[in-house]
Amino acid sequence: MKKYLVTALVGFAAVVLGSSVLAQKTTAEGIAEYRAMLADGNPAELYEAKGEGLWKQARGPKNASLDKCDLGKGAGVVKGAFVELPRYFADTQRVQDLESRLLTCMEQLQGFNAAEIAKTRFGDGEQKTMESLVAYISGESRDMAFNLPQKHTQEKLMYEVGKKVFYLRGGPMDFSCASCHGEDNKRIRLQDLPNLTKQPGASTGFGSWPAYRVSAGDLWSMQRRLNDCYRQQRFPYPGYASDVTIALGVYMGVNSKGGVSTAPALKR
Amino acid sequence: MKKACLKLSAIAAAALVAGCAISPSAQDIDLATSQVMTSSFRAQGDAKLDRLVLDASNQACSDAQDKSVDEKLAKSIEEANLKTVKFPADGKLLGNWAEGEKIAQNGRGLTWSDSSATANGGSCYNCHQISKTELSYGSIGPSLYNYGKLRGVTDPTAVASKPIVDYTWGKLWNSKAYNACSGMPRFGHAGILTVEQIKDVMALLLDPKSPVNQ
Repeated sequence: MKKYLVTALVGFAAVVLGSSVLAQKTTAEGIAEYRAMLADGNPAELYEAKGEGLWKQARGPKNASLDKCDLGKGAGVVKGAFVELPRYFADTQRVQDLESRLLTCMEQLQGFNAAEIAKTRFGDGEQKTMESLVAYISGESRDMAFNLPQKHTQEKLMYEVGKKVFYLRGGPMDFSCASCHGEDNKRIRLQDLPNLTKQPGASTGFGSWPAYRVSAGDLWSMQRRLNDCYRQQRFPYPGYASDVTIALGVYMGVNSKGGVSTAPALKR
Repeated sequence: MKKACLKLSAIAAAALVAGCAISPSAQDIDLATSQVMTSSFRAQGDAKLDRLVLDASNQACSDAQDKSVDEKLAKSIEEANLKTVKFPADGKLLGNWAEGEKIAQNGRGLTWSDSSATANGGSCYNCHQISKTELSYGSIGPSLYNYGKLRGVTDPTAVASKPIVDYTWGKLWNSKAYNACSGMPRFGHAGILTVEQIKDVMALLLDPKSPVNQ
């Protein structure tokens, strides 16, 4: 616990003092050093621990835990679930990603209002709970290989829809996901951009979210990551756990096949 | 087989299963994609839903995905976009390179969290190397360092410079006029930058005194 706080403080200090400290080195050297410093400890582990507690805790109007939540591998099975999501669920008759599935469980088992949670701002109320839950659940599949099921017609369809959406150019700047993530070895400013259309880029990118984002000082879920991508793409606002985000999850997740999940990772 | 298909269709949500095949048909995919797009987004701030309506260029380039569009279609897209290029009424194409540098640095504007009251940036450094002193530049587009110098522009007002100066204006106004599926925004055509801002970016690229051409 102490170690993480110290790391976070050092990281913060590096950001604040960056300009004066870095002036004595080249900018590139300074950035490399800052990144190495970040790799030392990951505050996401705090969220994982909190998430495990929240998974097991009786909460909500029904005062129930999420112990019986089926993430795709049977009721209550957390280990290995993350690297097979999004997938088709027979009870809801939908392809669901981790967060839309958690909404289902929180509504059915705990009595929360899923639509209300979906409308809540990131980082507020039950969205805060979601951050810890996704950290815990993804962490339980750390270092496991992605292996999304593609047997069901709807899983195949959502992959194809995700692919179309990935290449869909729109908005005032004509941007699509592929504008930044369709080729190898590209950068925006100094930020490396993974090629999400194939391996190894797909699992490098998709497989690192949820992640603790130092610049935001918070843990971002995949939904929040995609939401901010669409903001920067100059698109309108994608609904939380909307089908467009799930289709993109299927596309990126299937493309990640065989690659290893590092979530919840640490990002700039 | 047919029986199994019917059963599967009955179970699955009708909206997402338009047909029954081992792999979804192109028609199924198009229909489902359009339903998914329509149901997933809402307007927020200045980012209204009309941003999801694709013009002919964006439609063709989206459909092509990672392939290039066929030559004839590319040509017609380029011709249509070339027709949109407007030159400034005063005939002056170059402004102030120092202002242009600020616009190139500025990546703000047009997101749902931006205010339309502040001027948009050009986001140029997000994708391009431009002046030698800025090390934090992206690599999605080609380097623009020495842009004017490499093209032999010593006097942007000279007749000899006119073809490259006009081309650069057109490229900034509507990049798709020269490359149908260019990844670059159409800064003039889409109203991202004003005429005065484009003049300043022109100076950054073409003015012999600009740091870009040292």
